[in-house]
Amino acid sequence: MAFHKISITINKESEQVVVPSNMTLMQMLRESLALTGTKNGCSAGECGACTVLLNGQPVNSCMVLAVECDGAEIITVEGLAHDRQLDPIQEAIIESGAVQCGFCTPGILISSRALLDRNPDPTEDEIGEALVGNLCRCTGYARIIEAVKKAARTKAIIAQSIPTD
Amino acid sequence: MSLNAHPGLPEFEYIKFENIDDASQFLANHSGDARPLMGGTDIFVRMRDGAWSDKYLVDVKSLSGMNEIANNPTGGLFIGAAANMNRVIAFQAVKENYPILAEAANSCASYQLRTRATIVGNICNASPAGDTIGACILLGGILNVHGINGTRQEPLSKFFLGPGKSKLKAGDIVTSIQLPIPPKGMVGKYIKHGRNKVSDLAIVGITVVGWPDADLPSGLRIRLALASVAPVPLVVDQVETILSEKRIDEKTIAEAAQVAMSACNPIDDVRASARYRKQMVRNLSIKALTEVWERLKN
Repeated sequence: MAFHKISITINKESEQVVVPSNMTLMQMLRESLALTGTKNGCSAGECGACTVLLNGQPVNSCMVLAVECDGAEIITVEGLAHDRQLDPIQEAIIESGAVQCGFCTPGILISSRALLDRNPDPTEDEIGEALVGNLCRCTGYARIIEAVKKAARTKAIIAQSIPTD
Repeated sequence: MSLNAHPGLPEFEYIKFENIDDASQFLANHSGDARPLMGGTDIFVRMRDGAWSDKYLVDVKSLSGMNEIANNPTGGLFIGAAANMNRVIAFQAVKENYPILAEAANSCASYQLRTRATIVGNICNASPAGDTIGACILLGGILNVHGINGTRQEPLSKFFLGPGKSKLKAGDIVTSIQLPIPPKGMVGKYIKHGRNKVSDLAIVGITVVGWPDADLPSGLRIRLALASVAPVPLVVDQVETILSEKRIDEKTIAEAAQVAMSACNPIDDVRASARYRKQMVRNLSIKALTEVWERLKN
């Protein structure tokens, strides 16, 4: 089986990785780059635990080949925080107690962040819709939805506090 | 979900061509061993399950024109084969003129799956359960196909031959789907009946579109397509005939739904029994037809 040398930006850092044809993005993150925040749940694109941002869009990293990501920009859960500052969605998930076993949390964080990037003020239905592909087997959905609402409010306050001129 | 969930895929070679002729030729030369790769949302699941064991996956996403979505006021909508479902759903002309396509696409799996899944891939997979297929057939969709003997067009109405079987031959690459301008005043409804609201295939899928047509005795043309209840996606022409020729009321809609139920030929499987599917075809056809009729009346 052929190996491919790919260039990829992960959490704002450039990486060159050699990957076999059949390696998924999830395997590359976890096994080649030790970014084990991305979780392997179902390996079938259903549970969402492996969700990462690929060029700004959420994908199930178990359903993307690493070689397909040559030249792409990836953000994993490890890349959400900046300058020692957690992302508002991370803060909100902690404050709302929206973590039970924690296995789904990285995927929930990425999906929620992607939702807030495309829709800064989502309704409860829109939050539910955006998280349809993230299963929480502890069934902690109520607090997760609360957290996304809270993060949206925080982001709105931050946005208002930044001078526009 | 795979019964033996594991992260690894079996071994295969990933190949990309600059030129579509080379890609077609390679696929034709390795017939049975090679498959075009779009979003991979079906391919990877089947390969992990051991159902498919192709030696080569030919990534056709980056070929010229494959990512384009364009609306032409005179020619209709053009969706490149690699345009993902989220892009199609968000495309302004789709929201305005083809909302039934957005509604059907939105019922597929999850947002992150739809970042990869494509309308053309959903069609090429030729599953009787394909959520977007009914809408694409009823909208008069035509596929542009590149094969080893050049390009050709395949109307969707005659495209499907059986579960997973279509008119595509070795070496064929579907490059886009074209949808003509919809009739004025068209409305639609897709009802997906699944075991849950997410990530599941339809037990029964009902697509209905309708529009005013003054030449018909009923004044309305209403068409219905069914998913998951026959070996191929099924358009029940008799429903259109009944609702064209007779004055539409609750009785005619019930009659049309009964005809839809008789026309389908479902199987028992892990998701539902054939008997249940038939009954749901009747009940949900009434619901979808009534909704479309009421919206057209107003």
